[in-house]
Amino acid sequence: MSSSNNGTGNRNGSRNGHRPLRRGRRYSAWSLLQHGLSGADWPVTFRSHPKRDSYDVVIVGGGVHGLATAYYLAANHGIRNVAVLEKSYIGSGGSGRNTAILRSNYLTPEGVRFYDRSVKLYEHLAAELNFNVMFSQRGHLTLAHNDASLRTMRWRTEVNKLQGVDSEVIGPDEVKKLVPYLDTSSTTRYPVLGALYHPPGGIIRHDAVVWGYARGADAHGVHIHQKTEVVGIDVEGGRVTGVRTDDGHRIATPVVVNCTAGWSTLISDMAGVSMPVQTFPLQAAVTEPVKPFLDTVIVSGTLHVYVSQTDRGELVFGASVDPFASYSTRGSLEFAEGVAGHVLELMPALSKMRLLRQWAGLCDMTPDYSPIMGPTPVGGFYVDVGWGTYGFKAGPVSGEAMADCIANERPPEIISAFGLDRFEAGRLVGEKGAAAVGH
Amino acid sequence: MMLLPCPWCGPRNASEFRYVGETGPRPDPTTATPEQWRRHLYFHANPRGWVRESWYHRAGCRRYFAAERHTATNEVRSSGGHS
Repeated sequence: MSSSNNGTGNRNGSRNGHRPLRRGRRYSAWSLLQHGLSGADWPVTFRSHPKRDSYDVVIVGGGVHGLATAYYLAANHGIRNVAVLEKSYIGSGGSGRNTAILRSNYLTPEGVRFYDRSVKLYEHLAAELNFNVMFSQRGHLTLAHNDASLRTMRWRTEVNKLQGVDSEVIGPDEVKKLVPYLDTSSTTRYPVLGALYHPPGGIIRHDAVVWGYARGADAHGVHIHQKTEVVGIDVEGGRVTGVRTDDGHRIATPVVVNCTAGWSTLISDMAGVSMPVQTFPLQAAVTEPVKPFLDTVIVSGTLHVYVSQTDRGELVFGASVDPFASYSTRGSLEFAEGVAGHVLELMPALSKMRLLRQWAGLCDMTPDYSPIMGPTPVGGFYVDVGWGTYGFKAGPVSGEAMADCIANERPPEIISAFGLDRFEAGRLVGEKGAAAVGH
Repeated sequence: MMLLPCPWCGPRNASEFRYVGETGPRPDPTTATPEQWRRHLYFHANPRGWVRESWYHRAGCRRYFAAERHTATNEVRSSGGHS
């Protein structure tokens, strides 16, 4: 792909890697004042374009992974003749349905390094994209309800510290100080014996991350085509030659990147590549807004629940995936009952709160709870899929690594363990830090 | 609530069952290579449509059976008897 710079790839851009946003499009206190006084309309965040007949890279899926890949291809590697095809609106899949929790306190050194890079990118994302992504590093607590969890948490703490990630195990008294509403008495069904405290963890505005990457990619000349579903991928002689869309277009391209969640099997099937993936729904729910009282993220692996309070005051609840594979995103009463019961075990004071709504997103689960990233047996067909229940927090680092992988035609070290060939070869990557609870 | 037709107990709530997964032919243990076994274990059709799969009635008769289900609507079409 590195050769594409002297072709159409430079049609829209300068030759250096970074191109600043055009005048008048930069958000600042000054532009806010200017627009406030003049009453003029703000320019659109990202533009629509007619489809070209060919692109250097076509990315399937306009979520955080797809848009970040497009952004870093353009910003870091100067590959700008890129299209992102999204069958609905951008961020309508997993990127807009997750519970927006970010953390890097994993169990394996590889996992910790990978997610720490993602948290670091998220920390500087607002400045880099000139877009407020509302990252709130409020601290992340994983509760231990038995000796085995406590032992694993001490293990995770040491692995984290060795990788320079801030984590420590704290006792019930300190947990109570951080979260006064939590029932830390010893008489509950699952008493809190301690917690893994991870101060850099927190929550972010997930839509803003999607919009920010879309705006950044657009500024570099990437085309974002919404309401464009891919219905076929053309493969000739073992190489990708183009994609066909539901509006009758045939786009010629030497590179197709599958950045979908939920549909990763169906898109890969079009290119004739089998995936070791099963699609499960993951449900979440949100309560009516109340005054701020919870300024950390609380996770309980034993109770399969995680809770945080948004800036609007709503409590966001998540759990583990549904008990059977499905493409259905209908909510279930079993989930609402289960999550409410588990939250009340932790915080009985919430018994009068009402659920506002619940929803589901689709998770592509792999056999080893690790993603599938990199090239496939079909030339020019790349995948960044199998993100299970932890895809959102990995968005920036995945985009950066996939862009590197496509530009240099080989997977960078940080994702080299996540190749599709590991399943038949028996080199599974066990990331138990991700498997502990579905998020 | 989703009902599953257990051939021995009749239609019961899906929460009584454990999902086992897609049914398909197993490789021959006497000749299969490790690669074939891994393919059988890890790779699934995962279609968006009708799929034949195994369920275990753990809170009932504790027997296995096969049923067909549409993965987009969760509609269950038939009970296939023993899996």
